[in-house]
Amino acid sequence: MAHMTLAESVLSGDRLALARLLTHVEGDSPEARAALAELFSYSGRAHLVGITGAPGTGKSSLVNQLALHFRKQEKRVAIVAVDPSSPFTGGAVLGDRVRMRDLSGDAGVFIRSMASRGSLGGLAQTTAAMTLVFDAAGFEIVMIETVGAGQNEVNIARLAHTTVVVEAPGLGDDIQAIKAGILEIADVLAINKADRPGVENTEKALRSMLELAHPTRKKFLHHGRPMIADAAAEAADSRLWIPPICRTVATDGKGVEGLAAAIALHAAHLRSTGGWNLRERERLRSEVEALLREALVRRFHAELSGETFESVIQNIFERKLSPWEAVRTLVNDRQA
Amino acid sequence: MTERKIRVLVAKPGLDGHDRGAKVVARALRDAGMEVIYTGLRQTPEMIAEAALQEDVDVVGLSILSGAHMALAPRVLELLKANGQGQVRVFVGGIVPDEDVPRLREMGVSGIYGPGASTEDIIREIRDAIQ
Ligand SMILES: Nc1nc2c(ncn2[C@@H]2O[C@H](COP(=O)(O)OP(=O)(O)OP(=O)(O)O)[C@@H](O)[C@H]2O)c(=O)[nH]1
Ligand SMILES: [Mg+2]
Repeated sequence: MAHMTLAESVLSGDRLALARLLTHVEGDSPEARAALAELFSYSGRAHLVGITGAPGTGKSSLVNQLALHFRKQEKRVAIVAVDPSSPFTGGAVLGDRVRMRDLSGDAGVFIRSMASRGSLGGLAQTTAAMTLVFDAAGFEIVMIETVGAGQNEVNIARLAHTTVVVEAPGLGDDIQAIKAGILEIADVLAINKADRPGVENTEKALRSMLELAHPTRKKFLHHGRPMIADAAAEAADSRLWIPPICRTVATDGKGVEGLAAAIALHAAHLRSTGGWNLRERERLRSEVEALLREALVRRFHAELSGETFESVIQNIFERKLSPWEAVRTLVNDRQA
Repeated sequence: MTERKIRVLVAKPGLDGHDRGAKVVARALRDAGMEVIYTGLRQTPEMIAEAALQEDVDVVGLSILSGAHMALAPRVLELLKANGQGQVRVFVGGIVPDEDVPRLREMGVSGIYGPGASTEDIIREIRDAIQ
């Protein structure tokens, strides 16, 4: 046992090793990179599900209910709950676990809270690495909870195979969703707190926005094309995914089964249309590109003396040199 | 690379029903730059140890107003140790009679704070304890 690597311990089911590795991953340490490289070949099996939406809409409560549901299907569930850090102190209060207490005592569940600025490698990159660890460790479902507000969250959503956007009645409905630009990333919409007044209005608003965002079936069929073209259109149509809207009450579990079914259906849709592989490939591509950028910049700085670089900055500052010329010269000089 | 953030689990074991004090401390620790995982009311020692493990925390802060500290604190310490987290520092806040303080310390509790304790003291002692 003593001579196992951290990655091997994680693969053997050691939960403490898993927790430690997640800490390394957050700190983007050399240990983390070595372990990730070791674990990579074991990844690629988990269904990554993003849960995002405005503060207080019931994301954590829904994650709790969904996890209970997936556990009934004997799937192992990991949860990454991301909360914002204080921009002033860098500290954070991470409170999502409060709503997930039903999951404690179950070895098939692992919950990890993360502060958005606690990560050194960029939030999306760190989250991706965290999900990779869980994936390799054999968790079949990995849920990622984020507060849907900014670019960070959109980037995290891109990481997921299926993104659930959680709305709740009485949030100023339509404006809320459009503002966050968040509807575009939704694969499934949950209207949580469906026990509250105003659900009808929220659903109506969402439906009309969805129709704008996803011109669908109607358009294809209204063109009155010949039979064959119609069949083709219909075939194409089946490749279209229109985000279903699910009403839920996360406090008592109502509607959660339907939501879980919609999530599973989306995964099946992605697999049958090739969308799964497409997403996977795109994700890996952007990951490699991010790493490449980072490595090239690091190498560049290693090869260039700090003084030279500072003198270039000084010249730019004095407006003797433009940033564009500077970069062109710097890069070309390196190649020469 | 910046120094790794101090991660603290703040938990409220026992059956007494309010967590105002725990929340005040949680926010103070956040303002001191720490990452606080807040778990809410009525946590059993088992739930606390499990969360401490998953979150890989450096510190566990227990808020105990019920008077059950002599049962709860050692149980948490024991479970942490059993999980391989013997290095995690445990602090207790709440109403602890003077005569219990040395006994808790002996059991391995790193700091004990009454209702009047200043958050500055708590923050400093947490920082010192995990150096
Ligand atoms: N009435 C009602 N209340 C709910 C429902 N779901 C969640 N809540 C309550 O809404 C509050 C927020 O729930 P959370 O699950 O913490 O919401 P969240 O979106 O994770 O919140 P943040 O992570 O802080 O953004 C809690 O008090 C929940 O009990 C619901 O379906 N109906
Ligand atoms: Mg939450």
